Amino acid sequence: MNSLWAVTLATMVKDIRLEWRSKDALNSMLFFSLLVVVIFMFSFDPLAEESRHIVGGLVWVGFLFASVTALNQTWARELRNQVLDAYRVSPAPDNALFLAKALGNFIFVSVLEALMTPLFVIFYNVQVLGPAWQLLPIAILGTWALVVNGTFFAAMSLRTRSREIMLPLLLFPISIPAVVSMVAGTTAILTGEESAHFYIVLLLTYDVVFTTACLALFGMILHAE
Amino acid sequence: MKRLFPILSILTAVLLAYALYEALVVAPTDAQQGDVYRIIYYHVPSAWTAFLLFFINFIASIQYLASAKPSTKTAAKWIVIAIGVVGVIACFLPQVQHLLPKGMRPSAVATTVLAIPAFYFLIGKFFPGERLDMLALTSAEVGVVFCTIVLVTGPIWARPVWGIWWAPGDIRLTSTLVLWLIYVSYLVLRRFSNSAQTQMLAAALAVFGALDVPLVYFSIWFFRTQHPQPVIGGGGSMDPRMLQVLLISWMAFLCFAFLVCWSRFRLEVLRREIEEAHAMESLVGTGEAPSKASLPLSRSSR
Repeated sequence: MNSLWAVTLATMVKDIRLEWRSKDALNSMLFFSLLVVVIFMFSFDPLAEESRHIVGGLVWVGFLFASVTALNQTWARELRNQVLDAYRVSPAPDNALFLAKALGNFIFVSVLEALMTPLFVIFYNVQVLGPAWQLLPIAILGTWALVVNGTFFAAMSLRTRSREIMLPLLLFPISIPAVVSMVAGTTAILTGEESAHFYIVLLLTYDVVFTTACLALFGMILHAE
Repeated sequence: MKRLFPILSILTAVLLAYALYEALVVAPTDAQQGDVYRIIYYHVPSAWTAFLLFFINFIASIQYLASAKPSTKTAAKWIVIAIGVVGVIACFLPQVQHLLPKGMRPSAVATTVLAIPAFYFLIGKFFPGERLDMLALTSAEVGVVFCTIVLVTGPIWARPVWGIWWAPGDIRLTSTLVLWLIYVSYLVLRRFSNSAQTQMLAAALAVFGALDVPLVYFSIWFFRTQHPQPVIGGGGSMDPRMLQVLLISWMAFLCFAFLVCWSRFRLEVLRREIEEAHAMESLVGTGEAPSKASLPLSRSSR
């Protein structure tokens, strides 16, 4: 157990340090989601009352698309110089690598959300009518839901041709229940018309189910030869 | 086995023709919907067949993953038995019966639960090793075809009856659509993946897809459904004459699906044999160009 966390921490710190120096993933995500915000703003141009109903969908669709650009780069780094093959033959636990990558992506996407959410609030003139603190669990659970499956499917699409396009094709159908609960939960809080508890519980279930599945199957994906 | 195929083909053709005759001529006209309703004799059997094929795909994929190691194989066997036993007992407990959707009979749920171990052991017996993966591929492909029929015939019926082609957010419509999307992405993965690791990746994706289906169902729990209630095991009611035609139609569709799966399965077996022969030839390296005559192109040529 100790070695699992030690390897996880070491790999994660390495990834964050690399990202801090290059800022590849974060910059591309930020600019991408900025473009999404601006394009959505031109396409919809909503009133304040309408925007409360649609902004939940816009925010999460923007984050979903932006996080795919980061997730695609997750494993590409490890392919250079056969790092992944070296990892495969090392005695380090497989799940440590997966957890490190997933946690690293979680941090990157959270930073993106923290920076982009104010922009959404300004551009769409959003005022929250429901209990605003509930947006926090939805954001945390929703981000983890996207990132845990995204990291897994990114590892999966490494083994395919044209892997950049494979990731969204695999990730989006599986993510539909998570996206539905994130969007519906956010809309419920913004409009204050209904309770978001159901969606928070559903997101939690989704996270537990798929984190377990990812951890159970990652070793097979990593060693599939 | 080989002689059985043409016999079964003729039987299926006769059964399909008979089902069509029953559906269009014999079945009584619906009091409210008129003749439009007759499309259910294609819509509902296709849906049942598609769900059955996706279920077979899931079981085969699980078993393929489990058979990678002897320890997981034994564990999976006992887990499946436990699911069967616990599921059947749970269906008849009063605490659980509250949770079932209204009108759904516990015995129907128990039968469905029992199907999991039954299919698991039957498939494991008749499809050992690589054949599990071939079965998963076959059932996913044919299942997507039948699911497409469901998604096409549904709106054709809905337009005159509901006045709209598609009811967005409807629980049944949406979960069927998502199921279709998941299995299309499964087929895309198989098409795009390199040959050696495809089986493992595809089996993992199939497990993810199967885990996703109940979550999709719950995520749209609050949306109302306009879809008619299920005919069997649910709260729906139907004229017994209509039900009889529906079951005949389902028999015909099942035979048809079995036939298509069979030939697709044989095709896959042959394709892999050819691939292996190619690999062997390049391994042996005879120096000659690979001649077509040396390859086992079909079973009958041997």
